[in-house]
Amino acid sequence: MILGKTVPTLGEAAKALDLSSVAARSLLARSLVVAAFSSTLAVSSAIAAPAAEATSAGSYTPMKPTPGIGMPVEGGIGLQQQYSKLGEYGEWIHDGVLMPIITVITLFVLLLLVIIAVRYNRRANPVASKTSHNTILEVVWTLVPVLILIGIAVPSIDLIAKQYKPAPKGALTIKVTGNQWFWTYGYPDNGDFEVVSNMLNLPGQPTINNGVREVGSQPWDGPSHLEVDNRMVVPVGEPIRLQITAADVIHSFAVPSLWFKLDAVPGRINEKVLLVEKPGVYYGQCSELCGAKHGYMPIAVEALPRPQYDAWVLTHAGGVIDGQKPAAAAAAPAAPAAVATEAASEAPAADSTAAATAE
Amino acid sequence: MATTVPDHFQGNVDHHAHADHDHKPSFFARWFMSTNHKDIGTMYLIFAIFAGIIGGLFSGMMRVELAEPGIQYLDIFARWFGATNPDFNSTLHVWNVLITAHGLIMVFFMVMPAMIGGFGNWFVPLMIGAPDMAFPRMNNISFWLTVAGFISLLCSAFVPGGTGLGAGTGWTVYAPLSTSGSPGPAVDFGIFALHLAGAGSIMGAINFITTIFNMRAPGMTMHKMPLFVWSVLVTAFLLLLSLPVLAAAITMLLTDRNFGTTFFDPSGGGDPVLYQHLFWFFGHPEVYIMILPGFGIISQIVSTFSKKPVFGYLGMAYAMVAIGVVGFIVWAHHMYATGMSVNTKMYFTAATMVIAVPTGIKIFSWIATMWGGSVEFKSPMVWAIGFIFLFTVGGVTGVVLANGGVDDVLHDTYYVVAHFHYVLSLGAVTALFAGFYYWFPKMSGRMHSEFLAHVHFWIFFIGVNMIFFPMHFLGLQGMPRRYPDYAEAYQHWNHVATIGYMVMATSLVVWLINMIYAFSAGRKAEDSYWGEGATTLEWTLSSPPPFHQFETLPVIEEAAHH
Repeated sequence: MILGKTVPTLGEAAKALDLSSVAARSLLARSLVVAAFSSTLAVSSAIAAPAAEATSAGSYTPMKPTPGIGMPVEGGIGLQQQYSKLGEYGEWIHDGVLMPIITVITLFVLLLLVIIAVRYNRRANPVASKTSHNTILEVVWTLVPVLILIGIAVPSIDLIAKQYKPAPKGALTIKVTGNQWFWTYGYPDNGDFEVVSNMLNLPGQPTINNGVREVGSQPWDGPSHLEVDNRMVVPVGEPIRLQITAADVIHSFAVPSLWFKLDAVPGRINEKVLLVEKPGVYYGQCSELCGAKHGYMPIAVEALPRPQYDAWVLTHAGGVIDGQKPAAAAAAPAAPAAVATEAASEAPAADSTAAATAE
Repeated sequence: MATTVPDHFQGNVDHHAHADHDHKPSFFARWFMSTNHKDIGTMYLIFAIFAGIIGGLFSGMMRVELAEPGIQYLDIFARWFGATNPDFNSTLHVWNVLITAHGLIMVFFMVMPAMIGGFGNWFVPLMIGAPDMAFPRMNNISFWLTVAGFISLLCSAFVPGGTGLGAGTGWTVYAPLSTSGSPGPAVDFGIFALHLAGAGSIMGAINFITTIFNMRAPGMTMHKMPLFVWSVLVTAFLLLLSLPVLAAAITMLLTDRNFGTTFFDPSGGGDPVLYQHLFWFFGHPEVYIMILPGFGIISQIVSTFSKKPVFGYLGMAYAMVAIGVVGFIVWAHHMYATGMSVNTKMYFTAATMVIAVPTGIKIFSWIATMWGGSVEFKSPMVWAIGFIFLFTVGGVTGVVLANGGVDDVLHDTYYVVAHFHYVLSLGAVTALFAGFYYWFPKMSGRMHSEFLAHVHFWIFFIGVNMIFFPMHFLGLQGMPRRYPDYAEAYQHWNHVATIGYMVMATSLVVWLINMIYAFSAGRKAEDSYWGEGATTLEWTLSSPPPFHQFETLPVIEEAAHH
């Protein structure tokens, strides 16, 4: 397994050296890809770095997640805040339709039981009635649930229909592959590079992934058990076609705050649209039992504005934007990208403040 | 028939009035070659209690590990199972073995043997006025196959199963994790356990169907049968129709594992999702197999202690039939995340919600039975009312999960764990305890302590709600199932759940004390110790009933309505 991960890595390193004069190679040593890799690789990147530094400040720094957004909150009792249109709709169905109905039904049953305990106990009602049929009552308690269920089914079926809306032509495709026990993300529209995503090791616990740093060792690290060395970076605000499969056993690609869960099944490609509305980091975890380290293959989706996404693409060997070679594409967006980073990492925070105020 | 009946069965005089003069066989013949439905029922109950304690200890091991983030105890457990110097993977593998064993034991070796093998064997013949089951020897082999299955499952924990000792596939045994993902004999032992338990259950089902159809006392028409008998009849049909599909699915797993077939392997043209369809075609009826006899038990108890006949008897009986039928066409709601087509997902969403209708009829009919009654809150009734409430909570979360679009965020999270434990751990197990307190004096001849039974209920009720209610919150927050470790944000409610487990475990100590009390100091039980409300035929017999009952068949009068 270790070998499997290292081989493509070294391949990328070799390519990186070849292209070291290209502007987009800037600050490679700092980039997310390299940060996680072995010391051998770090040395080779260091050779590449000086050449790049001179030409461009355009760079990619992993975004620092906003606490409580795109991740569970301590002691939380509801759904995670949603950051997709489908998620907002689903959240409304759950919080606005289902929860009120089931709460009322449960309390109604509880109320009836309490009334029975008070009014129909042996002392209060020594002689039992012998009523054992009431056709109207029986019809009512059959039909009323039917009507309630129809009321639930209408938005519920509508939600399913929306979830299956195919991606528009020309949407970015990302290929997600589940492996024991890490995820790989392929970017066929951006030069077909592949990102290997491992969970960061936990301080004070046995090593989970060899050669991967500990969580908290970089300023942008999110929560333990959820943060990875290389995130799945996506452009924000546009539909993305996720094609999900698995290399060995069944896994499941799940991100609760994006209302997304789809199994990764060997021999099948499952496709679904992902549209992230706001820049941010959204965490999820493998959701189908896949063996020993099932609990240790989280998912981190980092949604960035296009220019910054492009900058991220160009940090990868073979990364291509709109079919163009990196040299032309990279220099221009470089400076705005840095600004966008600021804005992007601020955005969810500002939003959460607004939400809190509204409540 | 006559040629196969053991000697002690023949030449009986009517033992009705003097149970002490039964000609019981010697100890070995009585308990190891048993053909008596009551003895076999007793053995099933003892077996289920034993298996339940093991399965319950496994859940305790899981709860202590989950009390805080990080891995604290799994390497200790790995050594218990015989691993020397377990590496990190085999340590984590122990977790998967625990969840697998807990699920399989509780489903196949605790709830099913207790409900069907235990109470079904004991009370179906008594309630329909039959001397015994239709096939007493097949009854015996049903029991011993279940025991053999349990031993096979325990054996699997001590042999290699891939990354460590034991089968770590989950109770669902999904391919390819259970085929190419788990080399070593552990999974084969697990599959064999299911084959044996399944064969035992199929034979039991045949026995119940034959008994109920052919051996009812004169005058007891189908529409006069007690609802517990109805529930066992529907359950037996579900077993008979669903278990062969499981047997086929796990046999294909075996051949994929050992003989190079590729039913579930895409590299040979197979499909892992096919296994899930086969498994859940069995698996969904299976969850009704576990709860339907509980429905029957609750109906008897509610009627007895309200001193009223069951409200809407026919509606209650056919609601169970409807649940059984619809239960066969909703299986893929367990597979919403597998990537099924849009129409499939919509169909299974709609079909699944339909189940809420007959279930609602049952809940409201129980309430209507109590309404206007003169309700006595004896221990079985308290457990039964607890059941109605807890099952309602588990039922409404089932309606939430039925929605395919909502399931996209809840599937395989702790919300699902909370849901199915509310209907099983809190539903089926509560019904089992209700039935146990209802019939224990009838079976043993000794009264338990009502006080301790009430204490048991309240501690249990608080404990299980503490364990499982917070799991709804964890699931909504996105915590996945089958994880030995979790992000810090999940710690609070996990900690509460672990404390809840200890509360629940305390209640079981109270129960065991109550059993010791009953056998050592409990007063002798009368024939019909719950009084006038108890109208079914088992209350016409002594407590315990004679070794052979109803040698003169009782005749059900037209007026004596269930």
